[in-house]
Amino acid sequence: MHYNWNWAIFRELSPDGVHTYWDTLMSGLAWTLATSLAGWVMALALGMLVGVLRTLPSPWLRRAGTAYVELFRNIPLLVQMFLWFFVVPELLPRAAGDWLKALPNAPFLTAVVCLGFFTSARVAVQVTAGIEALAGGQKLAALALGLTRRQTYRHVLLPLALRIILPPLTSEFLNIIKNSSVALTIGLMELTASARAVQEFSFQVFEAFSAATLIYVLVNIVVVAGMAWLERRLALPGTLASGGGR
Amino acid sequence: MTLTRLFALLSIACCAATASAQELTGTLAKIKRTGQITLGVRDGSVPFSYLDDKQQYQGYSVDLCMKIVVQVQKQLGMTDVKVVMNPVTSANRIPLMANGTIDLECGSTTNNAERQKQVAFAPTMFVIANRLLAKKSSNIKSLADMKGKTLVATAGTTTLKQMTILNNEQKLGMNIVVGKDHPESFLMMETGRAAAEANDDILLAAQVASARNPSEFQITAEALSVEPYGIMLRREDAPFKQAVDAALARLYQSDDIQRIYNKWFMSPIPPKGINLNFPMPPQLKAVLAKPTDSPDPAAYAAVPPAQKAATKK
Repeated sequence: MHYNWNWAIFRELSPDGVHTYWDTLMSGLAWTLATSLAGWVMALALGMLVGVLRTLPSPWLRRAGTAYVELFRNIPLLVQMFLWFFVVPELLPRAAGDWLKALPNAPFLTAVVCLGFFTSARVAVQVTAGIEALAGGQKLAALALGLTRRQTYRHVLLPLALRIILPPLTSEFLNIIKNSSVALTIGLMELTASARAVQEFSFQVFEAFSAATLIYVLVNIVVVAGMAWLERRLALPGTLASGGGR
Repeated sequence: MTLTRLFALLSIACCAATASAQELTGTLAKIKRTGQITLGVRDGSVPFSYLDDKQQYQGYSVDLCMKIVVQVQKQLGMTDVKVVMNPVTSANRIPLMANGTIDLECGSTTNNAERQKQVAFAPTMFVIANRLLAKKSSNIKSLADMKGKTLVATAGTTTLKQMTILNNEQKLGMNIVVGKDHPESFLMMETGRAAAEANDDILLAAQVASARNPSEFQITAEALSVEPYGIMLRREDAPFKQAVDAALARLYQSDDIQRIYNKWFMSPIPPKGINLNFPMPPQLKAVLAKPTDSPDPAAYAAVPPAQKAATKK
């Protein structure tokens, strides 16, 4: 391969004349973390809501929940990103569309909304699965104790279900970090886009993407370690989540 | 055995003899061994290299590359070379060239000194100027009018880099957003995500011509740069470069080049049958008369001040 390796590239000044290429990568990392964390908060909240909907007695609410899941889970993320950014503002009334497009950090906000909806559909499926995995007696016992349905979910079902689904939630969290790179298609300068910017300006593509890969791996290791700690902290003896106790 | 087949066999034998006398290296050896050549092509660089409605890659650069392929095939004494079209983008064309995925890049690639550190270029095939494209209603006549506004440029282009530098140097305070390819950059400008698009004038002219309502847009008169376009190939592969240079020199001397130019720039082109009506710029005429692969803009035309400022770095 004819390629001039230059690992010193990260110390060189980027074309903006102020920051080094390393700074470019770090700013990309910051956008990646901000986008995935904000998206994750939204995904957890919506995912729990929709996941619960799908376990309620009312068939209409269950169907609404399922429709939501199928809508957001089945359209490729790249397409959703494009739809949210380019199509939705054109469908709105003119003034609202222009307001959306003029927002500062429009790509960031769009990416958060898009990742939030996409991931919430996947979280919802897991929340439903977690609730359904609980012994059926849990719900009946709670209701028999005089708890309302809301209280049953809040104090009994959700706390247990969330513990069970922590490992798949960890995967989803890792996914949202990686998926945030799709936002580069709408102009968000996250980590992958920054690596690309470094290669575009310096033509040192392999160095730029090696660095980005390493940074993604490090971030993911931190997430996995954090979630493992959380799992241990939250484990209840005698429940499914405690693993060996069965 | 017919006479023509006998003749073909003889010519193969003769060329095989010359080839074995001088061991083939690099890309030529690869083409001979695999029987195929891989062209890097673009999805949306109208009219240089793009996909038409029948999902075929075509354009001015693709035509030039096919001429090169024919000459290389002759030189190698091969009866058939399979041409593989490999789509590339502004951002991945250089790595794909460096790692051997593509042998020739037939797009709209600026030849500059920095890129020549990683790749080589065939003799210049087009000369462009960077300009701005905006809606007439936004009243943008020059880069100075862009102060504090949003500008879009395509990822991986020299334009994006130049705009980043100018933005910083002239304290324009522009918000520069990035389109992943030329059609997306245009979409961002068309939908109002950006007040103007910075790009090569010929690509902007093509975008306007194929827009739903061409009269809505205008290209600024102010030229921000002069840039030679070249077909890209791998560095340090002198025999292949010689073959490519010779093929283009031959083409530039023939009437074919005028015919190919007229086909793409002066006639209706697929898929919509638009006509760019872009007569050959004098800089290009000069290059065709005296082919060069120089990355120096001054070798082609007077360099605009905006470009001088950006290349000082």
